Amino acid sequence: MKIINFLKSFLLLDFLKAFYLAQKYFFRKKATINYPFEKGKLSPRFRGEHALRRYPSGEERCIGCKLCEAVCPAQAITIETQPRDDGTRRTLRYDIDMVKCIYCGLCEESCPVDAIVQGPNFEFTTETRKELYYTKEKLLENGDRWETVIAENLEADAKYR
Amino acid sequence: MISLAQTYFIEVMTIILYCLLIFVPLLLGVVMALYADRKIWAAVQKRRGPNVVGPYGLFQVPADGLKFIFKEIILPDGSDKTVFLIAPIITLALSIAAWAVVPVQAGVVLANINVGILYIFAISSLGVYGILMAGWSSNSKYPFFGALRSAAQMVSYEVSIGFVIITVLLCVGSLNLTEIVMAQKTMWFFIPLFPMFIVFFISALAETNRPPFDLPEAESELVAGYQTEYSGMPFVLFMFGEYINILLMCAMTTILFLGGWLPPIDIYPLNAIPGFVWFLLKVTFVFYLFAMVKAFVPRYRYDQLMRLGWKVFLPLSLFAVVATSSILFFFNLAPGM
Repeated sequence: MKIINFLKSFLLLDFLKAFYLAQKYFFRKKATINYPFEKGKLSPRFRGEHALRRYPSGEERCIGCKLCEAVCPAQAITIETQPRDDGTRRTLRYDIDMVKCIYCGLCEESCPVDAIVQGPNFEFTTETRKELYYTKEKLLENGDRWETVIAENLEADAKYR
Repeated sequence: MISLAQTYFIEVMTIILYCLLIFVPLLLGVVMALYADRKIWAAVQKRRGPNVVGPYGLFQVPADGLKFIFKEIILPDGSDKTVFLIAPIITLALSIAAWAVVPVQAGVVLANINVGILYIFAISSLGVYGILMAGWSSNSKYPFFGALRSAAQMVSYEVSIGFVIITVLLCVGSLNLTEIVMAQKTMWFFIPLFPMFIVFFISALAETNRPPFDLPEAESELVAGYQTEYSGMPFVLFMFGEYINILLMCAMTTILFLGGWLPPIDIYPLNAIPGFVWFLLKVTFVFYLFAMVKAFVPRYRYDQLMRLGWKVFLPLSLFAVVATSSILFFFNLAPGM
């Protein structure tokens, strides 16, 4: 046994085997993608940047129930509400501190009207911290921009909820 | 009538021209080597490697170089500043100086001295001084340990490299690099001296601090070894020196064992290709092996490295010297006898 091991190491058999393996992998299909130019597939459940959705009529969905604010484990959401002239309750402020947020998705699950959702966007880096304190305007704008994708994802995931 | 000043001027300009003739292709070679190194390493790991800057990422290395040029040169407070700055210059200068005697084609060599191989051996031994100076002058733990390891490693493997070179010289009968190549006209030396070829290749890896023998800069243990305190241009000088040394070792392997600029078979379509193309191809091939080894061999432990150097390679190469010389003597094959 000792002699066999000696011959093995002396003839560099392990080395040659490794070389063969490395050479085989050399020509294999690449496992990585060309990230900024091509992107990987995302699950419909992906929890990315937040967005506030609207009804098709253009009316905002959020009714200011503050369930998301209550459930948020990082306490990243701040809401102020006020009744409107037509008697419905709407938010005055809807702020999410994206620095605090842990992207757990509880706000989306707690929402009774599917107003706050986490969209598929994960590329929202900014140059200042201030830009990551999202206001209601910013969230609504996100909702408008991503509505098609968000609606599709909600549709695809609805049967598992 | 040419005045003294004019002759002097012409002479200096010729020397500068010669320097550029070595330096510029070498610089290009290093850039390509760095790029190839990263690409090959990436391919083995099924990654893509640099592919954004320029076509196929070819400008990645110049871009990195540019980045280093604009970075601040940090001089540590406790360091010996003169030695600290001289160390990378020595490393680079020595590694370039060794290239002066490397023949890339029949007759195309800057200095065709008759002790070429001895010169290269001496210069590459001096290379350890740059590293030692860097480690000592940094006045910091990691560079110091890195330099100690590097010095011990290079000294140990130089011994076996020396014996391997002697076996080759026994078959050639000359220290001139051009003659070493010409002696391989009938058969490249890696066929009769195959074990020595392997020993030389592995020792070359250790000599240039390449993985799997990159203990002086083992990042998991020593941060970056003797380069830890370096930044900006001095770091680039070290990097370039290291890669020029690697290319030199590739060239040495080519010259000693793979027949330098000679084509594989001396027949028409092959020997019509100019010699330096063959030389480049062979150096590229050896560098490819270097890069592949980096990709698939895990790093040696320090005692394993020393064991390999002193207990395996030294007896093996010593035995080879005795065996080769006895065979050459008894069959009356020794050149110059």
